[in-house]
Amino acid sequence: MSRAPQDTPGTWKSYFGLAAILLVSAFPVYWMFVIATSSDEAVMSSPPALIPGDQLMVNLREVFTMQDVFFTASLINSLIVAVAVTASTLFFCSLAGFAFAKLRFRGNNVLMFIVILTLTVPNQLGVVALFIVMNELGWNGTLLAVIAPGLVTAFGVFYMRQFIGHAIPDELVEAARIDGALTLRIYWTVVVPAIRPALAVLGLLTFVATWNDFQWPLITLNGTDFPTSMVALSDLASGNYVVYRRVLAGAFVATVPLVILLLVGGRQLVRGIMEGALK
Amino acid sequence: MALTDVRVAHKEEPKHAPPKRPKFWLHRFDTKTFPYLMIAPFFVLFAIFGLFPLIFNAVVSLRHWHLIDKEKNGWVGLDNFTKLAGDTDFWDALVNTFGIFILSTVPQLLLALMIANLLNRKLRGATFWRIGILLPYVTPVAASSLVFAVFFSRDNGLANWFLSLVGFGQEQPLDWRAGTWSSWIAIAVMVNWKWIGYNALLYLSAMQAIPKDVYEAAAVDGAGPWRQLWQITVPMIQPVVLFTVVLSTIGGLQLFTEPMLFDENPAQANGGYDHQWRTISQLIYRVGWSDLNLGYAAAMSWALFLIILIVAGINALVTRRLGGGK
Repeated sequence: MSRAPQDTPGTWKSYFGLAAILLVSAFPVYWMFVIATSSDEAVMSSPPALIPGDQLMVNLREVFTMQDVFFTASLINSLIVAVAVTASTLFFCSLAGFAFAKLRFRGNNVLMFIVILTLTVPNQLGVVALFIVMNELGWNGTLLAVIAPGLVTAFGVFYMRQFIGHAIPDELVEAARIDGALTLRIYWTVVVPAIRPALAVLGLLTFVATWNDFQWPLITLNGTDFPTSMVALSDLASGNYVVYRRVLAGAFVATVPLVILLLVGGRQLVRGIMEGALK
Repeated sequence: MALTDVRVAHKEEPKHAPPKRPKFWLHRFDTKTFPYLMIAPFFVLFAIFGLFPLIFNAVVSLRHWHLIDKEKNGWVGLDNFTKLAGDTDFWDALVNTFGIFILSTVPQLLLALMIANLLNRKLRGATFWRIGILLPYVTPVAASSLVFAVFFSRDNGLANWFLSLVGFGQEQPLDWRAGTWSSWIAIAVMVNWKWIGYNALLYLSAMQAIPKDVYEAAAVDGAGPWRQLWQITVPMIQPVVLFTVVLSTIGGLQLFTEPMLFDENPAQANGGYDHQWRTISQLIYRVGWSDLNLGYAAAMSWALFLIILIVAGINALVTRRLGGGK
């Protein structure tokens, strides 16, 4: 019988503690839903509403038909940005990861070291200059300005290199070469089928981060008719008279896709975060 | 064995089908040049949208770079930095940033450790618990900050109602946004809520990599679970603790979304009527995109960059000392 913690069964106290943590984790999201379904009276009552009301459709209609905030368009924009960034990250990162893990070329190690170095660069601090760069390109205020910086990430390249290094035996790549397959063909027929789990993990992490991004989209898309949903939420909450049931109905709509992702891909997300730690 | 067989076959291949010249060139291109094309997208995009802005930021910070009032634009040397040194707005924002940072990082990592310790047991539904604590991580910061903004409202806010249940503030409800400390605490709650579960999973993954025999030896010495945690588990996962401390420092000192949306009118980027919770990132946003003074905003970014470097370094050293000193 091992004495290691991971072999010690949880007591009722541990389950009680975990249940409490789960409640605290879920409560703000639950309460977002409560207010999104409430009337003004329910929101303003004391004690505040803790049980969902029946006003969800009313509130949603208000959010989606507002004159000055284009909420429907903003959701579509968020989707475009997140899908474009995720797809491109998966493609370019797995391609580069494959090259670094399995191909021999001069400077392989040095270049990989540079990739790892760039992991430590806090990108947000270049935001002023990035804005000026986008101005020169004429991209400010368009979705291009939001998509372009996220097309391929150092973390993704690193993660894919680690995974491909472990998951694909060199012999497999060699054998395909001897059959006369070109690198791109090997990537498509040998590498991609073998790294589906890693693609799922990186895809989820990227989609969540991109969908939730606020600062840079706010800077570049501010005041345009093409915000992402997060920028639209900030518009909803701005002004002299803010209707919170409306704001949180919008927030709830923008949160639902991610809750669904967590339900569907929670296992992969957990694995991705836990694997990413073991650098 | 198999490889040598194949290699022989490879040498004999010309007998059946002499390679055509273009094929040979194609092969050369594919093995010599193509790998560089595969890694090029990362380097090109990082150069344009990552590295260049960071360096160019230094250039911008040495200029007057105004989006509207362009006639003054040009080199000003270190003027932006001398202005910064005497700018009370900047120093106030720095104090706020640090206050919120401490309130949101210390409990965050301690609680994450406790939760990781809870999860590091033989549990029923282990995956379910792990997925559950990730809900705050996937919830958009903008959405959760707006929920908390309502939660912490003075009148009819749920936070005040909870306080009134334990007999606090019945006479006068707490105005969370008015006070410095109360607004810092409210924002720190948002940050804690979002990141505790994520950090707990990082700690958990390190805890599960600890060899079991380390605990065997301790059990013989009669160490209880509490001593086990502090004397074995924590020192053993020290590299990950260091990693989370540095990560939280970099993230925490750039805090932007939570303080922005805690405001009753986010578009103003005030950080309170007296700027009592305005962070540096918020100030950079205000100076750059409300006052349109990009040169000065770039100087602030550089200052923040240096501050982050120094603080992350100090925190890393302190963490190593605390972990290795026992």
